[in-house]
Amino acid sequence: MAQPLSAPGAQLWLANLNALVGGLFLLVTFALVSLRQVYACVRGFVAQAVLLAASAFLLAALYGNWDLMVIGVVDLVAKAIVVPGVLRQTLHDEVQTRREITQVLNIPTALLAALALTILAYFLAQPMLAAASGPAIAVNLPIGLAGLLVGAFTAAVRREAVPLFLGLLAMENSALFAGVAIAPEMPLIAEVSIAFDVLMMVFVVGILTRAVHERIGTTEVGALRTLREESRR
Amino acid sequence: MSLLLVPLLPLAAALLSLLPAGRRLASAATLLADLTALALAGRAALAVAAAGRLIAVPGWVELDGLGALLLALSTFVAVTAALFSWGYVGRHDHRDARARLYYFHFNLFTFALLLVPVLAEPALTWIAIEFTAVFSVLLVAFDDTHESLEAAWKYIALMFMGAAIALLGFFILFWAQQTVGGGEYSWAGLRLMAARLPLPMVTAAFVLVLIGFGTKAGIVPLHTWLPDAHSQAPSPVCALLSGVKTTTALYALLRLVPLLPVASVDAWLRIAGLVSVGVAAFLLIQVRDYKRLFAYSTVEHMGIVLVGVGLGGPAATYAAMLQLVNHGLTKAFCFLAAGAVLLALGTREIASVRGLIRSSPSAGAALLFGALAIGGAPPFALFLSEFSIFRAGLEQRQYVVTALLVAFITIAFFAILLHVNRMVFGPAAEPAERPTAGAKLPASALAALAVAAVPVAVLGLYQPGSLHALATLAASSLLPVSP
Repeated sequence: MAQPLSAPGAQLWLANLNALVGGLFLLVTFALVSLRQVYACVRGFVAQAVLLAASAFLLAALYGNWDLMVIGVVDLVAKAIVVPGVLRQTLHDEVQTRREITQVLNIPTALLAALALTILAYFLAQPMLAAASGPAIAVNLPIGLAGLLVGAFTAAVRREAVPLFLGLLAMENSALFAGVAIAPEMPLIAEVSIAFDVLMMVFVVGILTRAVHERIGTTEVGALRTLREESRR
Repeated sequence: MSLLLVPLLPLAAALLSLLPAGRRLASAATLLADLTALALAGRAALAVAAAGRLIAVPGWVELDGLGALLLALSTFVAVTAALFSWGYVGRHDHRDARARLYYFHFNLFTFALLLVPVLAEPALTWIAIEFTAVFSVLLVAFDDTHESLEAAWKYIALMFMGAAIALLGFFILFWAQQTVGGGEYSWAGLRLMAARLPLPMVTAAFVLVLIGFGTKAGIVPLHTWLPDAHSQAPSPVCALLSGVKTTTALYALLRLVPLLPVASVDAWLRIAGLVSVGVAAFLLIQVRDYKRLFAYSTVEHMGIVLVGVGLGGPAATYAAMLQLVNHGLTKAFCFLAAGAVLLALGTREIASVRGLIRSSPSAGAALLFGALAIGGAPPFALFLSEFSIFRAGLEQRQYVVTALLVAFITIAFFAILLHVNRMVFGPAAEPAERPTAGAKLPASALAALAVAAVPVAVLGLYQPGSLHALATLAASSLLPVSP
């Protein structure tokens, strides 16, 4: 393992920069719950993936752990290039003509709920931070936890297939955002397999969404109701 | 190294299935791969029963008692499902390409399922469990109907959500180990240093994994996807989904149990388990689709295993391990029986199936056998393990928990029998309502039912010494290391 950057000034500088990245990451997560256009959601997700990679690069220098560099690069290739490409193919003409996506809650309510979840995440992270902490962990763990909760909330309020799935991908990004800070020594094979898994998931969701569109004529998967018990004869 | 070969065999069969050489090649390759995997897994399980542990690649590929139980269960169910698929796939759709596609996904799914128990590194276990979801989505959607696509969407969304939540749990687990000086990041290594891990982190990791993998195991209130996915997939796939896949998620969840102080974790498990059993028991009364009936029964049984482990102590944990295996075997049989009924009648609705024992005696007998076995009637395997859980509960003086468990299981038993009784007996339905009535079951389906029935019946009367040894090993690995 390489030596961490030793100059205390450089350490502080990297940690501060990482805190800035963390703030932006949270901001983008909030954007994902409130954006109304499908393409804007995809762009928001790409921004989130880029910020995750940025945090991985900064922490690679801060911890002197070059595995994190590899993780950042894999993340960039998978989520900033391949995933948006597949998702844009999935977005067919129907969504393009009707770009305003419906969602269960209106935007101010959704943002308030996301804010409440973020505060909750900071509370939940406190006991763990009391047990072991560091400048990067104190930023990344609560933000990762908040992103996980807000992502789940996004998936719950979205009806259109791609934004719903982007909420789930945001959850995975958030788990990794916390992961790069708290578990930088995680074996590389595990990290790379996680990215591989996300790619396969995106391909499968792409196939499934096209099948749903062909068979049912809509991609508003949140509105599908035939299997609900109460709707049965 | 033969341990590593077990999951790789289905992977090879998956590639063979893609060859454009007729569907029989795919069927035969699948069956052969699963049979060989069963033989290798059986040998590995016997070795574990004798030596306590089998190590192929230290710290990465290992098999212990709990893993051996799961591996033996998975390979056995895979064989019966492959056998049942032989006559099931392509019965209504004769295109070879579609059958090959089915076998390709079926084998990839089996590969992921067999990967779970042999991996000793927690992060890799997470990935293997995630693979079981990714590779089964398109099988759930395989029928390409409105219902199956809706079920597949709900399935993938909740699977991925559960995976992301559990992923953070696994990161925190790794972090907890690093803060106390690191060591081998494997299930066994974690358990050895459990007492030293910082409690807030292990608790957070456990709660995240309980929510994440609880979703995948169908624990109430995160079970809503399960009856949809498990009723819409092709029947042999349902046998793997309900019998094995939910069990693998539960397996990974249980691996975290020995890392926490007994008192707190057991309370969590008892509450989560009882809620699942209770809710499922009442939901079982109102089902209208017989595949959903067995799916809700899976929710019930996942809850029973959690309660069993949550009761604590060697006797209850041992009984819960038997319950885990017995449920997998019995539920797989039930879904194959449901598949036989579906083949004979072409409908999934309970209300339109009447007098099955006259119109299709073999399917009717299988359904009745499955219903009695899954309900926990003597002398079947589940009766034995459920009874052991009750007894251990009383010994632990957990009277309220045991009484509730007995009550819920009784309700579930009568709910299942009520529905199945109407389907099997009673006057036969009008011929006009049964388009494919009288259709004879394929020989492969009958053979699969016969093979799957053997352990369900035998394990209720006789318990092999190696099974006892494995369940004892598994139970001891879920209890904290004695100082």
